[in-house]
Amino acid sequence: MKNINVKVNGIAVSVPEGSTALEAARAAGVEIPTLCFLKGINEIGACRICVVEASDARGLVASCVYPVKEGTEITTNSERLIKSRKTTLELILSDHNKECLTCIRSTNCELQKLCREYGVENQERFAGEMNKYDIDQSAAHMYRDNEKCILCRRCTAACEKMQSVSVIGANDRGFDTHIASPFELPLGSVACVSCGQCITVCPTGALSERDDTQKVIDAIIDPEKLVIVQTAPAVRVGLGEEFGYPLGTIVTGKLITALRRLGFDKVFDTNFSADLTIIEEAAELLGRYTKKENLPLITSCSPGWINFAEFYYPEFIPNISSCKSPQGMFGAVAKTYYAEKMGVDPKDIFVVSIMPCTAKKFEAERAGHSAVPGLPDVDAVLTVRELARMIKKSGILFNQLPDGEYDAPFGLGSGAGTIFGATGGVAEAALRTAVFNITGKNAEKLEFTEVRGTQGIKEATYDVAGNVIRVAVASGLSNARKLLDMVKSGEKEYDFIEIMACPGGCVNGGGQPIQPASVRNVTDIRTERAAGLYKDDLNLPVRLSHENPDIKRLYEEYFECPNSHKAHEILHTGFIERDKY
Amino acid sequence: MKKRISTLQFEGTERQARQLGNIIEGCKKDKSMLMYVMQQAQLIYGYLPYEVQVMIAEGMDVPLEKVYGISTFYSQFTLSPKGKNNISVCLGTACYVKGSKQVLDKVCEVLGINPGECTSDRLFSIEECRCIGACGLAPVIMINDEVYGNLAPGDVEGIIDKYRNKN
Amino acid sequence: MKSLDELNIIRDRAKIKMKSKKDNTELIRVVVGMATCGIAAGAKPVLDALNDEVSKLGLGNVAVKQTGCIGICQYEPIVEVIEQGKEKVTYVKVNAEKAREIASKHLKDGNVVSKYTVGGTIDSVDDGICSVDDTAFYTKQKRVALRNCGIIDPESIDEYIAVDGFAALGKCLTSLEPDEVVDIVKASGLRGRGGGGFPAGLKWGFTAANKADKKYVVCNADEGDPGAFMDRSVLEGDPYCLIEAMTICGYATGADEGYIYVRAEYPVAVARLEKAIAECNEKNLLGKNIFGSGFEFNLHIRLGAGAFVCGEETALMTSIEGNRGEPRPRPPFPSVKGLFGKPTTENNVETFANIPQIILKGAEWFSGMGTEKSKGTKVFALGGKIMNTGLVEIPMGVTLRETVEEIGGGIPNGKKFKAAQTGGPSGGCIPAEYLDIPMDYDNLLQIGAMMGSGGLIVMDEDNCMVDIAKFFLEFTVDESCGKCTPCRIGTKRLYEILEKITNGDGTLEDLDKMEEICHYIKENSLCGLGQSAPNPVLSTYKHFKDEYIAHVVEKRCPSGVCKNLLSYEIIADKCRGCTACARVCPVDAISGSPKNVHKIDKAKCIKCGACMTRCKFDAIIKK
Ligand SMILES: Cc1cc2nc3c(=O)[nH]c(=O)nc-3n(C[C@H](O)[C@H](O)[C@H](O)COP(=O)(O)O)c2cc1C
Ligand code: SF4
Ligand code: SF4
Ligand code: SF4
Ligand code: SF4
Ligand code: SF4
Ligand code: SF4
Ligand code: SF4
Ligand code: SF4
Ligand code: FES
Ligand code: FES
Ligand code: FES
Repeated sequence: MKNINVKVNGIAVSVPEGSTALEAARAAGVEIPTLCFLKGINEIGACRICVVEASDARGLVASCVYPVKEGTEITTNSERLIKSRKTTLELILSDHNKECLTCIRSTNCELQKLCREYGVENQERFAGEMNKYDIDQSAAHMYRDNEKCILCRRCTAACEKMQSVSVIGANDRGFDTHIASPFELPLGSVACVSCGQCITVCPTGALSERDDTQKVIDAIIDPEKLVIVQTAPAVRVGLGEEFGYPLGTIVTGKLITALRRLGFDKVFDTNFSADLTIIEEAAELLGRYTKKENLPLITSCSPGWINFAEFYYPEFIPNISSCKSPQGMFGAVAKTYYAEKMGVDPKDIFVVSIMPCTAKKFEAERAGHSAVPGLPDVDAVLTVRELARMIKKSGILFNQLPDGEYDAPFGLGSGAGTIFGATGGVAEAALRTAVFNITGKNAEKLEFTEVRGTQGIKEATYDVAGNVIRVAVASGLSNARKLLDMVKSGEKEYDFIEIMACPGGCVNGGGQPIQPASVRNVTDIRTERAAGLYKDDLNLPVRLSHENPDIKRLYEEYFECPNSHKAHEILHTGFIERDKY
Repeated sequence: MKKRISTLQFEGTERQARQLGNIIEGCKKDKSMLMYVMQQAQLIYGYLPYEVQVMIAEGMDVPLEKVYGISTFYSQFTLSPKGKNNISVCLGTACYVKGSKQVLDKVCEVLGINPGECTSDRLFSIEECRCIGACGLAPVIMINDEVYGNLAPGDVEGIIDKYRNKN
Repeated sequence: MKSLDELNIIRDRAKIKMKSKKDNTELIRVVVGMATCGIAAGAKPVLDALNDEVSKLGLGNVAVKQTGCIGICQYEPIVEVIEQGKEKVTYVKVNAEKAREIASKHLKDGNVVSKYTVGGTIDSVDDGICSVDDTAFYTKQKRVALRNCGIIDPESIDEYIAVDGFAALGKCLTSLEPDEVVDIVKASGLRGRGGGGFPAGLKWGFTAANKADKKYVVCNADEGDPGAFMDRSVLEGDPYCLIEAMTICGYATGADEGYIYVRAEYPVAVARLEKAIAECNEKNLLGKNIFGSGFEFNLHIRLGAGAFVCGEETALMTSIEGNRGEPRPRPPFPSVKGLFGKPTTENNVETFANIPQIILKGAEWFSGMGTEKSKGTKVFALGGKIMNTGLVEIPMGVTLRETVEEIGGGIPNGKKFKAAQTGGPSGGCIPAEYLDIPMDYDNLLQIGAMMGSGGLIVMDEDNCMVDIAKFFLEFTVDESCGKCTPCRIGTKRLYEILEKITNGDGTLEDLDKMEEICHYIKENSLCGLGQSAPNPVLSTYKHFKDEYIAHVVEKRCPSGVCKNLLSYEIIADKCRGCTACARVCPVDAISGSPKNVHKIDKAKCIKCGACMTRCKFDAIIKK
């Protein structure tokens, strides 16, 4: 592509043709504040905080959407601009519930940060009528406080463009414009899939996960309860960001110690139940593959995807693996096998999951097939963000923690389990085991790199001892929609499909630490975090689910064999079509 | 102004559903026809309640929120039924300058409701509108299809009575 | 239409039908103004009565026709009688009864019913004048865009063809290259009539220059500016002209499809357009291979649904695409990435209405009218405090004084001219000191007003300029799409400041803040709506600062409009103690015994003004 020469604040830079003023400024080492802009997702020029002066335009232009041309000169920091931006902030504040002291996003809020940087000294300068909204707490996974919404529309763009769900959008117009669902229905009564992507892109405290920390603390305090905790694969690569570690840092050891110090009785690894999922799912795949029945088999470990299927693609329910998600399997085994083994009444076991995911909150609460009738498999789900808050509140200096080890018997997870956290990981883990199941020996190369990476849809075909297995992987529900439509129309045929609701998989889950747009727009956080997990895989002693000794023991002692009757009772579940309206 | 969502029971008929169905059938290939379909639906039902918007969303294969977002953006769409007699008071420049605000206030006072509302007997509703192109007759109100021009607040009561007695 | 010859045959035949003198059957043509304004005033019963009476009286030589806007909207319903070799007679404020009288006396017996003619009915017009053409209102006008309005039957394609309709399209398709058409439009100097005044030829050239598999032509018929209705007149009075112009634009820019986005409040216009498009399709003036040239063009109508912002070109396109009509950032401009992401030429109705004449009569003819930088004519919708409200088309450069005093007939009730508001909510006001500047794009901009779409609202001494500014702001607050911060929140805050001022709570600091936020909104808003929303405030502030100061410092509304700042008082010398006022006061604020001077309790008074209207002795004044 051709490059063009432009000047930013007098600094000459050469940028690719078609670059925006914002990109040119970056190239010149100049930062321009943004609020509404999310690269590739929300390029609407609405908030006007990024205005700059351009030599080839009359008034001010929004740098995030303004294309520069050869010779364009941009000014980003004149007094006039600074005053404009400050006024924009003051106006936003005039219709904003300013309660930073108690706000969940304080210190991590893009609006707050800009107000500080621009020296807004009088937040009441434009005081006037304010919009009044009730906080929507109806959904299992999140709340919406429109009085803190700045109408940047990042959430609606995420819901529509990344997820093709579109249950939220702008309603009414002018000063009354606000983000909500059709007919102002609470989020809990529309076909929201609980993915939480809207939360992670929100610059302010308008959106947040439902906070379940008190529920967990109460259980820990309760002497009757044996409180056990599981940590999902992607948590180990996310949590560090909350404590200042660079993207992609693995903090498993500190995570374990922190949990122990918080008072959890046992600290286990969801990687273990991810391995269990693989054993069950690989057996299911082999079964269906040989009988050529209900193919393609579609993974079931992403509850965001399950919700999506139940609302929008019920015709694929027979294709979905009946396996519970790793979180569900863990809870199920904890309240059966583990309870028996420990001689504890399952009623007294309180299972907590630490998840990169908000949909898991919904999953834990959905009516369905629990292992012990009347008891949920999982009692409480905390996102990475909630865990970080608990750690901070308890005065635990995370960065100084010694590394800890998971407890037995569910403490051992393989590398295959770890890569569950990245898109393609489940498929790769399943392939590793499928090869063994079919051929009786392990693949020479354990890395199935075709299914790695952040593209929305990936395809690969493997010939395993004469058996051709056609695999597709989709992450982000708009990609899932595309893929499923192709399958539906007969344009494509597969044997195995992995679908993860969140773009990039759980590393980019709705419960992960929130990275501001200033990071998201220049770094692919999915790639960075996934790289951490792939490194973790390489470093782990066991890299294959079927070689996990804890898993082997579990089958020997309890389930006998994959897809056994007992396994079905405890580890599998069913899905139902749900009404969209 | 925020759109008022009606709490009145939906009373759509089979026949209306069929009419709307036919319109959707003819338009569903072209998503840009969504607004047209909504306009037709409003002609059929008089307003766009939840049930009707669901039919449109399903038929046109677009998210319900998109339909709702559009229905609350354009002032022509209404989420609550209109009275048997709909009174629009022009607040266009010419009319305003000649005192249409006072006329509007009078209409509201006489009927005891606000603009955007419908009387409980469903006989009258009031709406504010912009220039209806009869500025020469300003100030102007329109009841259903009839235009009344050169009005003074004092004329309002008599005109409304005329409609009240008609029904 | 296969060829020009075919068009000419139709034209000649239709001309005979309209004029009909050849066979001595002296056809009398009676036209009834049936645009919205006319219909609203009761033209339909008039038309029916005329038809009925004509057939009852067996007047075989009379053709009763409907037509579009004749322009003198406040004298509707209007009936015109046109007879070969005789002067046209314009009857105004006709009703069914009068119509029957006209039919029997004039159409049958040939005696003009002078008492119903313009001269007979309208005080300001000389008694001797029977035809509207001879009134000052008309003689000053120069009709280009409106030339067929009020003349031809808008539902008859033959009548349009009779007045040289589609000849321009035929000329383009059969003897001009697309770039030659663009050049003619460029040379004419025609600027966009929708508000911005961007040269139409340049715009066409941009789209023509962009290669694409698909291009569009879009006509902006959203006409959202309150008080303006010139586009409506063209749509209702001359729909074929618009179709012809858009087809020419399609040919010139390489587009084969067009959309007309009409505001929903114009049902008559939509019905006529639909009929016209259907007929053009049937006659192959739209569709494939028009005039045998191989050129294809198809046209669709889309209806707005009540959103002023949809007049903004990018919002209009988002709306046609079936979305909330929220504007998009520009660049990319429509000529690069417009409707459905394709290069698009978007023009206003009146802009298009000039095109066929420019093609037929030539660029020089057009650029011979108007001022140096603003060529041609402009249609204004006169409204507000003026005798002759209605539509006038005048060459660019006519002064406001001529327009108001001569064409408009001056201000009623002997009041004084205070200002004229042009350009509606995006525009500004022209105070009396500029009555003599020639009105064109650049002059108006320079004094802080703008041409806008051509709404021209006259205000007299009774109008409070702060109140007018607040009124426009309320409009923009209502119509803001809510997408960008400066407009969504900024206009609201600006409105609140104005409200504070008109309530008597304003301070001098508020005035500074008001000015500051005006400039901020203009500079920072995403689209033209926000960018121009503060104009009414800024221009009234500039020209009528003293009124603002009076509100703020003296807590007084000089024009006596702002209720909170008014007080009613009884002048003791004049009061006869008749008690009428006390009886009418809704809140018993007036005390006094019969035959004695009355007094108003200001604390109780709600300023309804009822007492003042009631007092026969002018003893009550408003301050
Ligand atoms: C808020 C807003 C409203 C507008 N409304 C109209 C309108 O009602 N009709 C119109 O022709 N142009 C309107 N315009 C101008 C259009 O955006 C556009 O410039 C014009 O239609 C282009 O056509 P022209 O070059 O022929 O004037 C509006 C612009 C803005 C910013
Ligand atoms: S959203 Fe941000 S600015 Fe608003 S209260 Fe919370 S921290 Fe403060
Ligand atoms: S920084 Fe200021 S506002 Fe915040 S807690 Fe401290 S004193 Fe309070
Ligand atoms: S949680 Fe996911 S589906 Fe639900 S509103 Fe947010 S983005 Fe949309
Ligand atoms: S909820 Fe958050 S992301 Fe959504 S529009 Fe409001 S501030 Fe933006
Ligand atoms: S992809 Fe992961 S984080 Fe996202 S919904 Fe699925 S399980 Fe949760
Ligand atoms: S300026 Fe106003 S109308 Fe235009 S985009 Fe912004 S909010 Fe919408
Ligand atoms: S109506 Fe006039 S004259 Fe009579 S009491 Fe009142 S002020 Fe006096
Ligand atoms: S203005 Fe109205 S309220 Fe005041 S004194 Fe007169 S009648 Fe009474
Ligand atoms: S307008 Fe550029 S970041 Fe919002
Ligand atoms: S302003 Fe009321 S009809 Fe035009
Ligand atoms: S509409 Fe009747 S003269 Fe204008």
